[in-house]
Amino acid sequence: MSDSYLRVTDLVKKFGHFVALQDISLEVFEGEFVCFLGPSGCGKTTLLRAIAGLDIQTYGKIEQAGRDISDLPPSERDFGIVFQSYALFPNLTIHKNIAYGLENRKLNREQINDRVAELLNLIGLPDQGDKFPAQLSGGQQQRIALARAIATSPGLLLLDEPLSALDAKVRARLRHEIKELQRTLGVTTIMVTHDQEEALTMADRIVVMNHGVIDQVGTPLEIYRDPATPFVADFIGTMNFIDAQVEGDSRVRMGPLTLTCDTKGMSKAAPVTLALRPEDVLVQGVSEERENAIRVQVSEHEFLGSFIRAGLKIPGMGDQTILADISINRLRQQDVSVGTELFVALPADHLRIFAKEAIQNEASDG
Amino acid sequence: MADAVVTAAPQTRNAVRAKSSRDDWIMRGFMAMIGLYLLIALAFPLYAMLSKSVETYAFDLNSFEIEVNDGSGWLSKGSVLDLAVAAGEFDPTDPSVTSGYRLTPAGFFPDFSFRAPTEYRIRNVLEGGGGYIAKGKIVTSTEWQVFSSNDFRRVLLRPAVSLGLGNFLDYFSTPALFNSIYNSIIVSVISMVITVTLAFFFAYALTRSCMPFKGGFKIIAMIPILVPSLLPGIALVYLFGNQGMIKELLMGYQIYGPIGIVISEVFYCFPHALIIIITALSIADARLYEAATVLRASKLRIFFTVTIPGARYGLISAAFVVFTLVITDFGAPKVIGGQFNVLAVDIYKQVVGQQNFQMGAVVSVILLVPAIVAFFVDRAVQKRQVALLSARAVAYEPKPSKRFDLSMMTFCILVSIFILGMLGVCQYAALIKFWPYDLSLGFTNYNFDVMDGGGWESFYNSIEMAFYTAVFGTIVVFTGAYMVEKGRGFQGGRNVFQFLAMMPMAVPGLVLGLAYIFFFNNPDNPLNFIYGTMAILVICTVTHFYTVSHLTALTALKQMDPEFEYVSQSLNQPFYKMIFKVTVPVCLPAILDVSIYLFVNAMTTVSAVVFLYSPETTLASVAVLNMDDAGDIAPAAAMGMVIFYTNATVRILHGLGSRFIYARTQSWRSR
Repeated sequence: MSDSYLRVTDLVKKFGHFVALQDISLEVFEGEFVCFLGPSGCGKTTLLRAIAGLDIQTYGKIEQAGRDISDLPPSERDFGIVFQSYALFPNLTIHKNIAYGLENRKLNREQINDRVAELLNLIGLPDQGDKFPAQLSGGQQQRIALARAIATSPGLLLLDEPLSALDAKVRARLRHEIKELQRTLGVTTIMVTHDQEEALTMADRIVVMNHGVIDQVGTPLEIYRDPATPFVADFIGTMNFIDAQVEGDSRVRMGPLTLTCDTKGMSKAAPVTLALRPEDVLVQGVSEERENAIRVQVSEHEFLGSFIRAGLKIPGMGDQTILADISINRLRQQDVSVGTELFVALPADHLRIFAKEAIQNEASDG
Repeated sequence: MADAVVTAAPQTRNAVRAKSSRDDWIMRGFMAMIGLYLLIALAFPLYAMLSKSVETYAFDLNSFEIEVNDGSGWLSKGSVLDLAVAAGEFDPTDPSVTSGYRLTPAGFFPDFSFRAPTEYRIRNVLEGGGGYIAKGKIVTSTEWQVFSSNDFRRVLLRPAVSLGLGNFLDYFSTPALFNSIYNSIIVSVISMVITVTLAFFFAYALTRSCMPFKGGFKIIAMIPILVPSLLPGIALVYLFGNQGMIKELLMGYQIYGPIGIVISEVFYCFPHALIIIITALSIADARLYEAATVLRASKLRIFFTVTIPGARYGLISAAFVVFTLVITDFGAPKVIGGQFNVLAVDIYKQVVGQQNFQMGAVVSVILLVPAIVAFFVDRAVQKRQVALLSARAVAYEPKPSKRFDLSMMTFCILVSIFILGMLGVCQYAALIKFWPYDLSLGFTNYNFDVMDGGGWESFYNSIEMAFYTAVFGTIVVFTGAYMVEKGRGFQGGRNVFQFLAMMPMAVPGLVLGLAYIFFFNNPDNPLNFIYGTMAILVICTVTHFYTVSHLTALTALKQMDPEFEYVSQSLNQPFYKMIFKVTVPVCLPAILDVSIYLFVNAMTTVSAVVFLYSPETTLASVAVLNMDDAGDIAPAAAMGMVIFYTNATVRILHGLGSRFIYARTQSWRSR
């Protein structure tokens, strides 16, 4: 995993005056599973299409396995691709769909048939070769599309929202299967998705994109634990954002309260935003003396299965509420009905701090 | 804002120019070929016609100088103009001068004798005049050329050409000509109103009632597509003509004229309007009807507030299509129009009757105007119709209602009687030996070989022409549509191509045919050799019916996922593999539809080919026209019916063949 297999340098894509990608630089390592994650219109599909050669970039360079492929048409690049729509040829049988790319490659009929059978086994549909695409379910069709894409053993596998057209149960199962297949084959894979859960569960590394730029690149854990920008923090998982002001070294003022937190050397009186995940709010056994302990009142709660998400009102801070996740287990020991007052703590090591301007910029852009 | 970002980027950066793959080059080659086809088969001829319409010809006799030598040296005889006028050979105010008009200068000399030893010499005073023809060559030089009197009698003076609107001025100062504009429009509007009304109720019966035999009624309604537009005219002659079977029904009115034209056009245009209106009515949203019923609206109110607005784009579209068909049709007014002149027939008369090609071009340009206006309005309307279609609606299911269904069926029966009646009369007329004197039946009228028009040979020619048109036309149309829809890059060229492909819809057949004369009959055109061959008939017919075929092909191709191509490229397969393994099989139904459309129309078309056939390539549809012109109306009816039976047979074979091919290749369509 040390060699960079795909290297994108200073990529710019413009559609007329609209800049879809701004100076994208990125490295993907051999055998890695990378997800491009972002809201619609963030440029993730544009980037994928540039890598595939379907929409060639305006400026910038793309190298694959040490070869400059920047200006090559798709047919001269080395990749397999799977689309959201499956794009299976409707008039060809499953067998012929998978064999499509194997023809004109100096393989004889027998070798092709063996390869197709092998692939059908690999995706767990060994007996479906003679059916037509319309006779299979969506999940099965997508697995066929995957088999067709990897039939020629391409160096790079591109997946363009492959699971978005499927229903939730099938999606979850296929997520696992695709990841498993990728691990077995060891093929370098790039998947575009707008579904954070998909990215978190499948990717070795996630590239979070917004407005044509890369906000953060990292492992799922890094992205979740340590979001580099408020956008990433907000886009991945749920996040409480609270306005505050730097009061001194490691001290911030939040309404009438003073909290301890790493201020990262920000100057005194700088307006900041504190970010904290609901599951990081400490609820059980918090005494008044504890660091960053605050008294709150439960204003609403929502049942989400294994836990409840409670809205907590902080006295003296108007309508500002923070969300906290409380597991059903803890609920048995503590009464959290609406109106209950209790102490919670906002642990200093989980509080992240962002300069206020950054957030305003994000907001005005959106 | 966006620019600021880019200027901030490193200056060393160069724009990436996409390399083209071999496929891209091949596809560009195909696009260029089909583009060239449309330029040669459409754009250039139309341009030739437009430029012809602004060419005026006049004799400027001052531009020639002639001197005589009777042995005592060269002697000027004064102005050539004076000589000509004095000899009564030339009237300077004569407006009938055309490009083919020639003057013989020998005639200017009253004492001319080709045996005399006198010598003549002639020169052009100015360069750029019409010049003169001597010994088969056009001479424009300003040098003197000497002729013996025997050669001089064969010298011809040519009129000088100049560009201007003179032809149009002539046109609009000749009431006999410009009255046709009014005639054409009035006939078109009346036919449009009647046809659209009948077609609307027929379509309403087919889509909104539970009457029985819907399939049968629909087949009957489509019959007029299979016959030349001349045929209803012939039927009317037999019914209401001077010796008509039931001419008393007209109560003294003449069938020859607007009445006959309108009835013929209604027959001819009915299926075209019906197809459009059926489509418009079948997209009705049942939820609207339920809502209206729940709100206790009356049936009539629902009809005017839900049905009509829902179908309005279809109605408008049908109205424009009928208007264009009628104003550009030449068959019906030619047969039944009598002294009632319309634009389309004027073109024919100017060209075939008077050999006045300039005036033919002028009328063509005038006929193009309403056709093009109708075309653009219709296109604008169609665009809005698409937006209406895209909404997901619940299909409307009619409920049985005895009284309503019965009245609808009565209406459909009446229309069917009209259509079948016209056809039946033609068939009857074709079998009667000599109307109205010898009513015994026989096949004498089918003995085409003794008539004008080319005999049975013309029928075989028609079959051949229709076959080539269907085969080559389908290939050209699909290749073109494929390049427009699936071509990569070269967007500008594809837009121009799309525009050219839409053009033929607005160009009347006669105009196209005339344009072909101007373009291909020009001896300077390297393609001149195809003039008078089967090839020009096929090219002209394919071009004439290009637009509808192109749209059918485009619709089929649009249903193909664009991602198919991407997948195929990523698997490093050549583009033609995709075409033959996937695109063609999936589009096969549309391909068959286009080919039968081209075949049937090639069999029935008269207007586009009437100027272009040669004695070796006479056509059955033109034979109907020529036999009718020569007074052989019964054989004309017989030939028209032969065309009908051919088209009906081909249609049935096509239906059976399609079913067979479907069963073998389209099994993937069913789950």
